[in-house]
Order: sequence, then structure tokens, then C-alpha cells
Amino acid sequence: MATSATIHSHAAPQGFIRKYIFSLDHKVIGLQYYFLALVAVFVGMFLSILMRVHMIWPTAVLPLVGEIKPETYLSLLTMHGTIMVFFVLTTAPQGGFGNYFLPIQIGAPDMAFPVLNMLSFWTTFVAFVTILAAFFVTGGAPLHGWTGYAPLSALTNSGPGEQLGADLWITSIAIFCIASLMGALNFITTTLDLRAKGMTMMRMPLTVWAWFITAILGLLAFGVLLSAGILLLLDRNLGTSFYVPLVVVNGQVMGHKGGSPLLWQHLFWFFGHPEVYIAILPGMGVASQLLSTFSRKPIFGYKAMVYAIMAIGFLGFMVWGHHMFMSGMSPYTAFAFSLMTMAIGVPSAIKTFNWLGTIHGGRVRFQTPMLYAIGFVSLFVSGGLSGPFLAQPVLDIPLHDTAFVVGHFHLIMGVAAIFGMFAGTYYWFPKMFGRMMNETWGRVHFVITLIGTYCIFMPMHYLGMAGQPRRYSQFTELAYLQHLIPLNTFITYAAIVTVSAQFIFVINLFWSMFKGPKANDNPWEATTLEWITATPPPHDNFGGHTPVVNHGPYEYSVPGAPRDYVMQTDPATVASH
Amino acid sequence: MATLSSPVTIDVPKTGQGGGGTRPPAYGGGGDGRGDGSPDYGARLRRLRLGLAIGLASVTMIFVSLTSAYIVRRGLPTLDERTNTYVRDWIPVDLPITLLLVNTALLLMSSVSAELARRQITRQAALAPVRSIPGVSLGEEKGFPWLGVTLVLGAGFLTGQWMAWRELADRGFYLATSASSSFVYLLTATHAAHLAGGILVLLYAAAVSVLHKPVEARRVVVDVAAWYWHFMFLLWLYIFGLLWFMR
Amino acid sequence: MGLALLAIIWLITFVSTYFFVAQTWWLPHGASTSTPWIDHQFALTYVLMGIVFVAAQGALGLFVWQYRDQGKATKVTYSHGNTRMEVIWTALTAILFIGLNLMGSPIWASERFAPADADSVPVEVTGMQFAWYFRYPGADGKFGRTEAKLMDPSAGNEAALGLDTTDPAAKDDVVTGTMYLPVNRQVNLTLRAVDVIHSFFVPQMRFKQDAVPGLIIHMHFTPTEIGDYEIACAELCGLGHYKMHGMLKVVSQEDFDKWLATKEAEKQ
Repeated sequence: MATSATIHSHAAPQGFIRKYIFSLDHKVIGLQYYFLALVAVFVGMFLSILMRVHMIWPTAVLPLVGEIKPETYLSLLTMHGTIMVFFVLTTAPQGGFGNYFLPIQIGAPDMAFPVLNMLSFWTTFVAFVTILAAFFVTGGAPLHGWTGYAPLSALTNSGPGEQLGADLWITSIAIFCIASLMGALNFITTTLDLRAKGMTMMRMPLTVWAWFITAILGLLAFGVLLSAGILLLLDRNLGTSFYVPLVVVNGQVMGHKGGSPLLWQHLFWFFGHPEVYIAILPGMGVASQLLSTFSRKPIFGYKAMVYAIMAIGFLGFMVWGHHMFMSGMSPYTAFAFSLMTMAIGVPSAIKTFNWLGTIHGGRVRFQTPMLYAIGFVSLFVSGGLSGPFLAQPVLDIPLHDTAFVVGHFHLIMGVAAIFGMFAGTYYWFPKMFGRMMNETWGRVHFVITLIGTYCIFMPMHYLGMAGQPRRYSQFTELAYLQHLIPLNTFITYAAIVTVSAQFIFVINLFWSMFKGPKANDNPWEATTLEWITATPPPHDNFGGHTPVVNHGPYEYSVPGAPRDYVMQTDPATVASH
Repeated sequence: MATLSSPVTIDVPKTGQGGGGTRPPAYGGGGDGRGDGSPDYGARLRRLRLGLAIGLASVTMIFVSLTSAYIVRRGLPTLDERTNTYVRDWIPVDLPITLLLVNTALLLMSSVSAELARRQITRQAALAPVRSIPGVSLGEEKGFPWLGVTLVLGAGFLTGQWMAWRELADRGFYLATSASSSFVYLLTATHAAHLAGGILVLLYAAAVSVLHKPVEARRVVVDVAAWYWHFMFLLWLYIFGLLWFMR
Repeated sequence: MGLALLAIIWLITFVSTYFFVAQTWWLPHGASTSTPWIDHQFALTYVLMGIVFVAAQGALGLFVWQYRDQGKATKVTYSHGNTRMEVIWTALTAILFIGLNLMGSPIWASERFAPADADSVPVEVTGMQFAWYFRYPGADGKFGRTEAKLMDPSAGNEAALGLDTTDPAAKDDVVTGTMYLPVNRQVNLTLRAVDVIHSFFVPQMRFKQDAVPGLIIHMHFTPTEIGDYEIACAELCGLGHYKMHGMLKVVSQEDFDKWLATKEAEKQ
């Protein structure tokens, strides 16, 4: 196949604007995505602290924000979820690290379509600005939750924030869909067409497999969300009735008839379920990469890991109905979705066994990236095992829409996926910035965050079993919830401590960029292609040379090899893969 | 294989410009080219076609989801509050069939002209190295403007669709009149938006010739735009079929 | 660091498991016929998942300590995996997960596939921003007509439902804000919503079902103990979601009949 050197024919850019603002270099674009997500995650965490404080002290008047009314709580909740899911979890692992390292790890000088890449970042940026604008318009941000169920989201008088704020929310998401589709197209084409000589599909690092399958999921899912959003905008503004039947709001008969609220749920969750796999698969790829590197052992069962990622991606499109067991959907359909959902637990379990198998018999080094990879496995186990409860419709009866669900998805998306991000940051920081992050502060950050997030989200399972519904702005109205307030208070304090600890990470990040000890090209003694480049990599990644690959990605501790790692470009005479 | 000594990327000379070209371009043959740094148009074309196919998968998903919503809504009984029972309330839309058939014919012809434009420029790109030999001329440098014809027919289709919407309104079917009419407008407008995007790309392809880019580069743009255009035609056939046979 | 990791992971596992085993915060006391089945399936799931949880976290903590780099002495087993083990643990996982699901499905079937008994108590439950209303059909056993344009939530009860008082079947309909049910008799619920999606959730009855505008949803459950049970809304419905609650009073059959008769009398 053609090497990209002959296709990728733009000279290195000059000038600040071309180099840093409208750059076509996947590395710069990757950093742009990463820093966008960093801003978004702090906005999202701030919103969550306001929420937790209000739940415990509903009448408190806070500095800067004042009193938080019930509807304000709901708009904080909506924006927290939307910003975190889209602008953090879909942006950073894929758009951030994927953009930066996918081309390098396959031996390419850039993405297949650099201009499209640049456009996809700036479109994401526009989407982010649009959603933040919702806070500042009359009525404020919408209160219908990140899931935006109709008719609540489709009626402009169903609550404060449901006018312009809701329209901005939908528009932002629609723009985000387009940005994601552009990115997905780029990732898939790049992986299929730009691999260097010798880089067969089955020699690609598991990070690349994860980004590739994630892109396929995005490609097929975001179009459906876009459709759903367009229909919602039409119902809200042009009088159609896709989602809204005959309804009466506060005594006023609305002009809709015949629509189906369940249609929104089907369309949304057809996207929504693959979306959560989009959020976690890159983290799984990073975990696999790091567990192998820092155990000095090949990944246990590389082929099985690849098939498992594919199976998760494929089955991920067949389980959306498990969000709808209580929705009024046919119970027979519910049974079918339930079986598929249990099935998807199987490849997830395979991956977990294989991670454990990788560490077993290895020689574990405990630098910070590895701590986060280990933390990822622990959190994935915890969050994953509450899945089989929810996957059974009969157990979903007491647990649906309770804090149990909130605990389940936060442990996986809100913590494990973020640990994947932390792991990637500490791991690839030396390559991106030529310096090491501080190990001691990395460990401090890890320990506080691991224990802190468990303290926040594990108790939510107990609260859910006790019947605490989700999206309640306060617990003052129901007698059976009173005895749960102390545990809720504990969670709030844990959240304040854990969020505060994230400043350690940010300070470490920025301080190390300028003052960290200098790093060599391969500080972790790793095998994949990013570690053969200069540090940071030049504009075309490999300095005019195209790498030739002779080995698989995880050849550690090969018997008879001169070192305990064989790089993918080492001569073919060494090692067996 | 590394062919450059400096670590900075290549500065591409414009090739295929007829007469005064510096080197014969590396194209079509795939592989490493001859290491002379000129763009591998064959590989670029393959890559863009791959990208298009992938992108069309996402466009397909948009219309799959709209179709699914359509079919479900059409068969869905809705609650009639007077009788407290479920009744079907689907009102078939009185489609302006003649006008839509005319539009379909326009789009079909535009697909034909787009294909002719695509083949024409493929030939021109194949013959470009011959033309760069000093002293050689193949005559007829300018062929029939198939690209322009496609643009006109495409614009004609969009105008026809606009007229169809006006006709629907005259017949009392507006966007919010009924579920069925909502879907008619939604499906045709979404298709029209994507077609308009295709027109913009064709305009870009036409403009590129004015900007004196090499014919191989133009060929890649026209080729991919033409395939997109064919997809838009097939998509229209599908939508028309759905709206008519499942009315 | 290996030892520290082992300690942290094992401590987290121990504390989490402790609170599950001690049932410090647990499912509320159940008082319906489905309670034993649902609670049994729940217990089965949490024991099996609990074993997997402890085993996986335990192994993780153990391995990171056991296989820590101890300098030159540490030997690494170069291996790309073990296909036999893969097949075995994949099969076991599949059997566990799918088996668990199939075990719970008869309960789901009996709760949701079968319609209500012929002698069940018919009650219509309507959710609207932000209250629950309960309608009993009265002696004629028929629910009277309601109409959207007649709905007036500020007037409460009949007017909130938009009851058409000219309909003869509506004359004996009783509408209340508190739900009364006779013990040990199945209730035939008709769930409706007027504006947005709500969800009728009675934790102690192990019952939950969304109320969806545009749908009439039929469900049933059977209370088995006399008492007062809180009803919560379990689907985000607007700013009053947290305070949209009701009360279910399960009483003896005689008390139920007396209550209903009183309500009927009030209407005259």
C-alpha cells in the first residue's frame, strides 16, 4: 500500500495561527481536544459539587451562585451529565489520545484527512460554546436530564429552562454529532489505509484496536442521535408531533397529538448504549497497553482481546432496550434485550480475566501510569458487576431510576474511564512534552482519587437498594428516605475532598510541562512505535523515514532477546511474533 | 523506505501542468511511487473513496433511523381520548406524483452526466503525462461540460423539490398537519440538504479547474463527488419508494 | 508500593462487602406477593456477583504484590496466553450470566406477561405535574370518560382528571389523592400520565412502572400486609419531581369497603 509520505504533502506550518490554532497536525489537534476536555471536566465537577451540596443542604445560600432552587438543581444535573458524557468522555480518550497516538502507533505521518481533523476539533469547540451558552439565556439551562426524555424535553412550558436553553442544548448536541462523525471517518480510514509496512491488523497495539472499534461505533450511532435531535427540535418549534401525544400541561391543552414518547427513548438509547462503550473502550485499550508494558509481559490472549473488543462493539448495538424495561415497552421485547445484555457481560469478563492473566507471572513496575491501569481494572470489576443486577428486568423493578444505577455508571464512566485518561496522561506525557511528571505527587493523586471515588460511588448502590430515586434535588419529602441522609452526607464530603485532590493532578500536569525532569525517547522501555520517535515527535512523526514493523506490540521478556523488550521495529531475527 | 535526508516534509512541485512540467508525476501505480516526492494520486483517490464509503455509512444510519421512526409511527395506534381506545390515525399524504417523477428524471439524468464527467476527467488525468511531453498535443483540450450539466440538473432537482413542497402546502399538507406529512417534509428535506452539500462539492470541483490545480488533483475531487452523487440518486429512489409504497 | 496496593484494594473490597453482608442499608421490607420471588432472585444475584467481586479484586491485589519486580531474582513467564483457559472461563461466565437471567425470567413473566385476575380491584392511577390521582370505577365497574379540555389541576381530584360529569359512567367514579387497597387482593392498575412521563414506584410493593402520556398501561400487584406505604415518582418529570409523592394505604377488605362507601356517599 502507498506510504503516506507521498500523499501527505504539506510542509511544516509556519506562524502561530497555522501552528497552534488551525493546525492540521494530528498531535496539535489531539492536544486541543485534550485541553478542551480538561476545561469541560472542571466545569462538570464544579456542577456536581453544587448538586451534592444542595442535596444535603437544600436551603443553603452559596457564594457566587446564591440559592439553588429545585429547577436549578435539575439544570445543573442536566448540564453535568451532558458536558461529562460528550465533552469529556467522548472527547478526551478518542479525540485527545486517539488523535495524537493512533497515527504514530501505526507508523503513519498523520491522519488520513488532516483538514477534516482540524474541522472536527473546531466543530466540537463550537458545540461546547453553544452548550455553555444555555446557562446564560433567559430561563437558563434545561432541566430534562442528559437523557432528555420527551415530552418533558419537547414542551416549552414543562419547566424553566425548557425554552431557549433546551434548544441550545439540542443544537449543541447536533453540532457535536457532526463533529464526531467527521472524526470517526478519519480514524477508520487512517487505520485501514495508513498502516506502515509490516503493521498488520493483528500487530496493532490494543489502543489502536480500541480507537478503531470506538470510531466504528461512533460512525453508526451518532447519526441516529442527530435524527432524534432534529425530530425534537421540530416538535419543540414547528408544531410536529413525533414524540408528543395529546397532553395537558398545567391545565393547558397543548397542540400535539399522536406522538410517541417511546420513540425518543428508542432513538436516544440506540445511540446511548454504544455511546457508553465509546466512553470505555479507549480506556480498556490503554489499560491493556500499560498492564503489559509495566508487567514486562505480553498481553494475555491478544487475539481474544481483539475479538472481545469487536464483540463488545457489535453487541453494544443490540442491548439498548435495557434502559427501557420500565418504560411501557413490551415485556417480551424486554426479555430479548435482557438476554443480549447478559451476553455482553461475557466479552467484558474475558478482558478482565486477561488483564489479571497479564499481571500473573510478570515483573510489575509501579510507576504512576501502572497504578492507574491497576485502578482501572479494580473499578471496572466493581462497576461491571452491578450490571447483571440491572440487566435482569425483574431486578430492574426495584432498581431502575434509583441511585443504584447512578453508582453503576459512575464507577465505569465517571471513574474507570477517567482512570484510563489519567493512565494515558502519565504514560504519554514524556513523549508529548519531553519531560516526566512528578512520581510522588502522581502517587498521592492516585491514592486519594481511588479511595475517594470508591467512597463516593460504592455507597450509591446501598442507597439505590433502599429505594432512593435518582434526580431528586432533596430528600425532605419522603419519610422512607430520611435514614439515608447520613450516608448521602458522607458521599458529599467524599466528593468535596476527591474533587479538590484533582487540583494536584492539574498542578502536576502544568508544572511538569515546564519544570519536570527531562525524559529520553523511551522512558518506560516500551515496544510500540511512539517510543521510536524523537521527543516530542517532529511534524511528520518519523523524521522522513517510514518505519517497518517486524514484531507484535507486546514482546516483553522474550527468552533469548538482548533486552527485556523487543520494539516493533527491531530486526526480524529477534523474537517469535 | 526513506528517500529524504531532511526531517522536514516535502515541498510538492506542481506536476501534470502540460508543457513545462519538471518531472513525470508518480500516480496510479500505488506503492512507494518513485520516491520523487510528487503526490501519489492513485493512492489519494483510493483513500478518498474509502473515506467516502465510510462517511456514507453514517448518512445511511441517519436515514435508517428516520425510516424506522416512519414505519413504526405509521403502524402505531394512538390513544383516542373520546373512545379510550387505540386507533390508527395515519392519513396518507396526497403526493404530487407527476412533479416528483419529473424530479426523479432530472436526478437520474444528472447522475448520468456526473458519471460522464467522472469518466471524462479520468481519461484526461490518464493522458496528462503524455501532454506534458514537450511538443505533443492531443487536440480537444476542452471536453463537453458534463460537470456543468450535472450542476444545472442538480439545481433543477432542488427547484423541483421546492415546487413539490409548495404543491403539498396547496393541498393542505404542511409540516405539522399530520404525522405522515411531517415525515414527507422531513425525509425529502434531509435528502435535499445532503444533495445541496453535493452541489457545493461539485462547485468546488468546477472552481478548482479555474484555479489551475493539476488535472490529477481535480480528478480525485470529481470522482469522489460523482460517487457521492450516485448515492444521493439511489437514496432518493429509496425515499420516493418508501413514501409512495408505504404511504 | 505493591503491598500498599494490595492493602488498599483488599480494604476497599472488605468494606464494600461488609456493608452488603451486614445489610446496613437494604431493600425496604416487602409486602407483596412478588416480594419473596424478587428478593430471592436479588439475593442469588448478589451472592454470585459478590463471590466474583471478592475473587477478582482479591486476585488483582494479590497478583500486583506477588509479581512485583524484585530485581534480578524476578523471573517472567513469557507467554501469549492460554487458549484452553480462555475457553473454560468464557464458557463458565456465559453459563453464569445467562443462567442467572433465565432463572429470573419466570418471575418477570408472571408479573408482566399475564393480565390481571378477574376479581382484582380496578384502580386507575394518573400522574401529572406534580401529584398522583387514584380513580375507582364505583358500582358500575366502568371508568367514566375524561377529556383533555376539561382538565383543571388547580381544582383537584375529578377536575384534575378532566372527568366528564355528563357521562353516566362517571357519576359513581371516586377520585382521591390517597390510594386505598384491600389486603390480599390483586389490584388491576391502569396507569396514565397527563403531561410528561412519570413513574409509579412503591418500593415496599416491589412495584415500579412508568406512566407514559398517550399510553394506557395495565399492570397488577397484590399487597400482603396491612400498612401505609409511600409512593415515589421515579421518572424525572420537572422541578417538582422530588416532591411528587403519594400514599398507599393497605387495609382489610371491610375497611376498604367502608372507605369506598364513604367516598361514594360524599359524592351525593
